[in-house]
Amino acid sequence: MQAENLGKQVESGGQPLVILHEINFSVKAGESLAILGASGSGKSTLLGLLAGLDAPSSGTVYLDGHDLSTLDEDGRAHLRGRLAGFVFQSFQLLPALSALENVMLPLELHTASNLPAINNHSISIQERASQALQKVGLASRMTHLPKHMSGGEQQRVAIARAFVGQPKILFADEPTGNLDANTGAQIIELMLELNRAHGTTLILVTHDEALARRCSRQIHLAAGRVVI
Amino acid sequence: MTGNIFRLSFNMLRRDWRAGEWRVLLLALVLAVGSMSTVGLFADRVRQALQQEATSLLGADLRVTSTRVISPEYRAAALQRNLAIVTSAVFPSMVSRAQAISRAQVISRDPAISRDPAISRDQVISRDQATSADAQTMLTEIMAVGQGYPLRGKIEIDDGAQHVATSIPQRGTVWVDARLIQRLNLEIGDEINLGALRLRVAARIVRDVDQAIGFVSFAPRVLLNAEDLASSGLVQEGSRISYRLLIAGEPNKVSELRSWLAERLQLSEKIEDVRDARPEIRTALERAENFLGLAALTAVVLASVALALAARQFITRHLDTCAMLRCLGASQAQVLQIFLYQFLLLGFFAVIFGCIIGYTVQAGLVQTIAAMRDANLPSPGWMPIWQASISGLALLLGFAFLPLWQLKSVSPLRVIRRELGIPEARTGLLYGLGGVVLCGLFLWQAGSLKLGFIVLGGLAGGLLIFGLLAWLALRALSKIPLTGNRALTNLAQHGRTNALQIVALSLGGMALLLLTFVRGDLLDNWRTRLPPDAPNRFLVNIQADQREPLLNFFTAQKINTPKLFPMVRGRLIAINQRTISGNDYPDPRARSLVEREFNLSWSENLPSGNELVQGRWWKQPTESALSVEEGIAKTLDIHIGDTLTYDVAGSQFSAEVVNLRKLHWDSMQVNFFVVATPALLENFTASYLTSFHLSADQVRAGDKLITNFPNLLMINTEAVIEQVRNIVEQIAQTVSAIFMFTLLSGLAVLYAALLAMQDERIHQTAILRTLGADSHYLRKLHLTEFVVLGALSGLFSAAGATLLGWVIADQVLDIPYRPGVMLLLTGVGGGAVIVTLAGWLATRRVANMSPLRVLQSS
Repeated sequence: MQAENLGKQVESGGQPLVILHEINFSVKAGESLAILGASGSGKSTLLGLLAGLDAPSSGTVYLDGHDLSTLDEDGRAHLRGRLAGFVFQSFQLLPALSALENVMLPLELHTASNLPAINNHSISIQERASQALQKVGLASRMTHLPKHMSGGEQQRVAIARAFVGQPKILFADEPTGNLDANTGAQIIELMLELNRAHGTTLILVTHDEALARRCSRQIHLAAGRVVI
Repeated sequence: MTGNIFRLSFNMLRRDWRAGEWRVLLLALVLAVGSMSTVGLFADRVRQALQQEATSLLGADLRVTSTRVISPEYRAAALQRNLAIVTSAVFPSMVSRAQAISRAQVISRDPAISRDPAISRDQVISRDQATSADAQTMLTEIMAVGQGYPLRGKIEIDDGAQHVATSIPQRGTVWVDARLIQRLNLEIGDEINLGALRLRVAARIVRDVDQAIGFVSFAPRVLLNAEDLASSGLVQEGSRISYRLLIAGEPNKVSELRSWLAERLQLSEKIEDVRDARPEIRTALERAENFLGLAALTAVVLASVALALAARQFITRHLDTCAMLRCLGASQAQVLQIFLYQFLLLGFFAVIFGCIIGYTVQAGLVQTIAAMRDANLPSPGWMPIWQASISGLALLLGFAFLPLWQLKSVSPLRVIRRELGIPEARTGLLYGLGGVVLCGLFLWQAGSLKLGFIVLGGLAGGLLIFGLLAWLALRALSKIPLTGNRALTNLAQHGRTNALQIVALSLGGMALLLLTFVRGDLLDNWRTRLPPDAPNRFLVNIQADQREPLLNFFTAQKINTPKLFPMVRGRLIAINQRTISGNDYPDPRARSLVEREFNLSWSENLPSGNELVQGRWWKQPTESALSVEEGIAKTLDIHIGDTLTYDVAGSQFSAEVVNLRKLHWDSMQVNFFVVATPALLENFTASYLTSFHLSADQVRAGDKLITNFPNLLMINTEAVIEQVRNIVEQIAQTVSAIFMFTLLSGLAVLYAALLAMQDERIHQTAILRTLGADSHYLRKLHLTEFVVLGALSGLFSAAGATLLGWVIADQVLDIPYRPGVMLLLTGVGGGAVIVTLAGWLATRRVANMSPLRVLQSS
């Protein structure tokens, strides 16, 4: 992944407000990068731009050789479906779906989009989702709805959902922000372990220095700029 | 790919269904389709029954009249469309008794006359003597009918016993009008001479169909077997025979044939259905259809509001799902497809389910209402089912698809930044298109453009005005310096959402009030249009010198003295000095109006029951001015300021049209298309006519009237009145029955509106609980909010219903309407009570919920 002169500016009260200013960096395949910064420093906005969830005001992002600025909204969605996995601070599980169904969703969407089959063709979507949940230690909670699970369990489901599609890159936005220290540590351990096992590139947004140190590289953001 | 998307869509629907996400939307849609199909099916059956009953006055669904033998091409065209046909020939002819009877017989045969002290024996004798030369002959209207006559309605005869005729008269026999029996002193079994034939009177006609329209040709009828016609020798070159082809069958086939015939019609031919033939029935039927249309529209309005609220709630709840799908790689088109398939699937099942409910409920309604059951209503057609299904899907897509279109554009960034909602841009056109679809739907359901536009206008105006007033009212209330005014401030803080809820509740309430109070008032006012003592007899051909004796007769018989109207017959020959003829008018009705003579009258004042719609009434009777009925003015393209020239018995007069009038045909009063100032007409020889009410126990007095004034024609309009009353009653019962079902839709709106409020209230309550609010405080807060919301909604509902009711009464139904204060009180009180009760039921569990659980789940 490579970010070149990445900038984001919005209108606020009729005045232009610069959120990100000429961000430049690159991340190699399999590497893990932590983006650190205080609240309002522009971390989440940067993650959104890197993942193609939003379009930059200037500059561009290259993801697995694709220039995101040349892709439209659907093109970026297509790329995300093929390459990326996500873990969010607020879990973002669909409340009406059980744990298993939440994990099945990206695979079903993959099939619906007629994308090349992920991994083993002979295993059903349900089987694969079930295996992903077993890996995160939720074999016994597959049929439970998110509202009946603890925060830690919900984040494990989210991690299973992120990895089930075997993404090349994982974007994590404050994945431990809603969890207590102990659960947070377990979750980050699980995530890094899966990351290593799958050889996935990791982009992690956090304000937790200790957590950031577990990544191979860190960059600091302050007032929308990278600071050394 | 589509198959896979469909599978995914179906899976998501299944899961969402299990979680109850679709419940409100499905309920709203099933109720929408259910109420529309119930109303539609029910209305269709009543409409068909009314039409069938009304057509009995014509004896057919359609009648072609010609001065020549009906073209075989017409008959073939009707038969080709599987329509039933029968022909008849009508002409005036003198009929005489085959044997003379003695004067003694006259008296002995009419016990009423011989007993009546008001008519002396001398009078009877002198009348007999005076008319001895022609006493045994009379001008009649001969109607020669073929087998199968009449196609609609039943003829009732008395051939010793009174019963419904199952065939036509046998060859060699006739059925005759009671007036002929009286005038010729006939008895069943006697013989009459008709042309070269001597025919036996086999029955007296008690009730006839296919009556002649207008006063001129109204002579006693003799019903003859068509096969006897040729041998009568009456059909000759130059005979004044009117040939008729009566047609009946499937309404759409009849209407198709009507269009086919209209293109081929010769000058000497005309087509009529019961609406053309009987303006009183046309008015009643049109009003009935408007009432049914109003009921159907109310159902649609309620269904729309319920669906709009349910769809809004659904969309809000699915913002995160969309963002997540986008984040996981779904394209905008895929998101749209996923939800669209879900909506179509839901729509498909809801439509089927709704139609089944609709069919069952309408069948149940018919069975539970005795009058409906006895009326043996015809089976409903398929049209209402299609109409309800298409309308249901259109409503679903109209209210849900458009927000969905926006939903697909939800930014995937929402997964990180939850404050991102739905983008507002580029939706104006979509909403515009959606609005057009919904407008079309409304107009289609209303069955009348005018009614549709009025309700649509009322709805749109209501939306805007109620919304604005609600927002202003909430802001004003929040300024009241009350201790513990948290509830009002709360309402004002969410001004837009609460205003929307008030609008939804107001529209629902407005529809309900319109259907309860306003409906009742309108029906009562319609009923009073035709009071029990409405005129049921027309008396025509009264000569100037008979006016006084006639009025004396009325006084002697204790019948209310009616007003006599002068009448002069004249032909319209020029408009603005331009000579006109039937050929100038392509419209057959206009053509026939120009080709026949008008009944002209004169009056100093605007005749009672007439309404001035344009222009002024004359101040001086000495002016030269004309007043024209607005319908005929439109048909003949006559405007105020035009000069009309009439030919009355060879002399002409011209005058300017100074006003247009509206007539209430169903009042059964004497009405004239054209009224002139006295100065214009009073010097012409006029005859007079009147209408009066003859009660059942005064029938003999009516017979005496004709006996005493033999030149008068008395026309019995009882059948028409009965028909109009029947239509009013059937509609009253129908609309009442429909109301029961619409009430359910109204409750669905309420439920949907309250559920829409629930999500936000639950969240807010959890925060307040966390901050230390106790149940008492929360209950007080919620109750105050609900009372204010309910009362405001009720107030707007009552105001809207009153206004809309007045406009509908004045503009569509053409009946008076005076709103009562009860409507306002019920609106405000009912709104406050119902909304408070339902709101409390919906949110009472919130107060007992763990705030942590609520906040975690949100």
